[in-house]
Amino acid sequence: MIERTPILNFFTHLAMLFGLVLAALPIYIVFVASSHDFQTVNQVPMPLLPGDSLVENYTKVWNKSDFGTKFVNSFIVATGVTIGKIAIAAISAFSIVFFNYRLKMFCFWLIFVTLMLPLEVRIVPTYAVAANALSPVQGFLNAVFNAPATLLGLIGVGNLPQVAIALPEWNLLNSYTGLILPLVATATGTFLYRQFFMTIPAELVEAARMDGAGPLRFFRDVLLPLSKTNMAALATIMFVYAWNQYLWPLLITTRPEMTTATMQLQKLVPGPLFGQPPVWNEAMAGTLIVMLPPLLVVIFMQGYFVRGLIAADK
Amino acid sequence: MADITISKVTKSYGKTEVIHGVDLSITHGEFVVILGPSGCGKSTLLRMIAGLEAITGGTIAIGGDVVNDREPRERGCAMVFQNYALYPHFTVAENIGYALKVAGVPKAERQRRIEEVARSVGLETYLDRKPGQLSGGQRQRVAMGRAMIREPKIFLFDEPLSNLDAKLRVQMRLEIRKLHQRLGVTSVFVTHDQVEAMTLADRIVVMNAGMIEQIGTPTEIYERPETLFVAGFIGSPPMNLVEVEIRAPGEAVAANVPLAIPVFPAMAAGTKAILGIRPEQIEIRPGGRHALHADFVEKLGAVQLVHGRFAGVDFIVQCPTSEPVAAGQELRFEINPEMLHLFDPASGARLKRDNLRQHASKAIAA
Repeated sequence: MIERTPILNFFTHLAMLFGLVLAALPIYIVFVASSHDFQTVNQVPMPLLPGDSLVENYTKVWNKSDFGTKFVNSFIVATGVTIGKIAIAAISAFSIVFFNYRLKMFCFWLIFVTLMLPLEVRIVPTYAVAANALSPVQGFLNAVFNAPATLLGLIGVGNLPQVAIALPEWNLLNSYTGLILPLVATATGTFLYRQFFMTIPAELVEAARMDGAGPLRFFRDVLLPLSKTNMAALATIMFVYAWNQYLWPLLITTRPEMTTATMQLQKLVPGPLFGQPPVWNEAMAGTLIVMLPPLLVVIFMQGYFVRGLIAADK
Repeated sequence: MADITISKVTKSYGKTEVIHGVDLSITHGEFVVILGPSGCGKSTLLRMIAGLEAITGGTIAIGGDVVNDREPRERGCAMVFQNYALYPHFTVAENIGYALKVAGVPKAERQRRIEEVARSVGLETYLDRKPGQLSGGQRQRVAMGRAMIREPKIFLFDEPLSNLDAKLRVQMRLEIRKLHQRLGVTSVFVTHDQVEAMTLADRIVVMNAGMIEQIGTPTEIYERPETLFVAGFIGSPPMNLVEVEIRAPGEAVAANVPLAIPVFPAMAAGTKAILGIRPEQIEIRPGGRHALHADFVEKLGAVQLVHGRFAGVDFIVQCPTSEPVAAGQELRFEINPEMLHLFDPASGARLKRDNLRQHASKAIAA
């Protein structure tokens, strides 16, 4: 579609400009709102040019909300989720693509259907597991050990005593492990990796075998370096995804020193509680602060990101 | 010693058997070319020697040890692949040295051997480049260097020249032959190109449909094809094959054209046979006994190929370009009976003159 038609060029630019305005205008308004003092921002209509309280608002909201601690928490969680997702996705795709075993396709589809079960859908059971990580194991063991008794009870033979196995309680609430682990499994990432691994020529695998490299060596020396752009694309998406997590951290953290930046943001946008008007200038300043890290990640990674998603480079 | 003994090897994918009991022994230092059309199982056989394919039945022994259940790295083979299969993110040096790195050879020693191998394949100035920055011929050399560095007992080549252009192919062919002369390592080379096979091989193994048709030196294969398949496959242009019926001792007829075959005197009248005549062994002679109506003429430079109908089949005669032939004209020629091949139409086996003579003397004695 490379044509030299000035009219078409004009219209494509117009369309792009329209898109840009659509995307950037709200952010501009947020910026303007964050630069005015309390009185100005609550005027109707709100001024559309930046005011002079920018630095004051940002310092105030940073200190008031303890964003220092929240940012550290958010960084730990987002980085942990990103690394975990990449590691799990790469290794499970490696297994699915390069090994032959029974139920291989079944495993793949099992991973794939989890796309239809996002965290929001399975939040209650996930919370139950996070509250006591060993409870599924405990339930399973009890079911197995009591199976004979249950079966006999069904056909009406005797009243055998039931065994009750109690494992120690392992609580993940209010911990980084609890914030990270339930978000680590990723069907999207596994699928992305699988598609990439399938483009690796069979002869390359065979060459490595002839060179004496075992599967893990091949994975480390050949597959991982070759999937660098893939990894960058996945890292970008997943970092933003993890940073923006709201529901899960809200559910499992109760102690203020464990909450994340996104959760804190919600506390900045209160409804007119007790008859007080909302402090929009501070809320908007907080919004821009919280938006910044994912924005920077996307800006720095976008080169890799695009390459990783469109095609395998040579 | 690195001799290879393949006995009764079969290969099946599910219920389909693709290799039907192959027997082959390759002596130490020999250069053997496995030749055959696509899908004949030649690559599968090579990959079974390498250990990349499981062996369904029979055994493969290298240097006397059965290697059926050994990993590729334990068999002492190195392989050059059709698409080179270089690691795209490694430099030339890293590609060549990867096997040593995996084997845990110390860095200094590795470096020394990489340089040595790079020198011998003429890549010493390209060691820091990535495969993407190399030409086809250079990539091929890297692949060969990678195979050489392990000082393997056996070299396996899986159609390594088919991705190169014609000129480079001839050059690399020569280099592979030189390499073999210098190192004297047992080599197995798979190809579908008969010129490659002829020029490289000490012995050629012709395969068809999962079976070996003939094993022999290039000259033997060309001069005495044992089966109809080999006769039709070896030689370019292919051998003319004419169905004949024996009329009398030393005399045959094909579509009302009488042909003299005095070298096969003892065949009974009424026997059917297939007569093979190589286009390049036909003698052009004005006033010759046979005539070919030329349908069209292909000029190849030094020689020309005259296509036409003779004895009821499509027939090719090769003659020097100096011969004045044009489409629509008649070409007179003689067939030298010494240059004829005769095959049994049912089994496709070559009818041997000696056997026929024995047969004849027995018949007379009776």
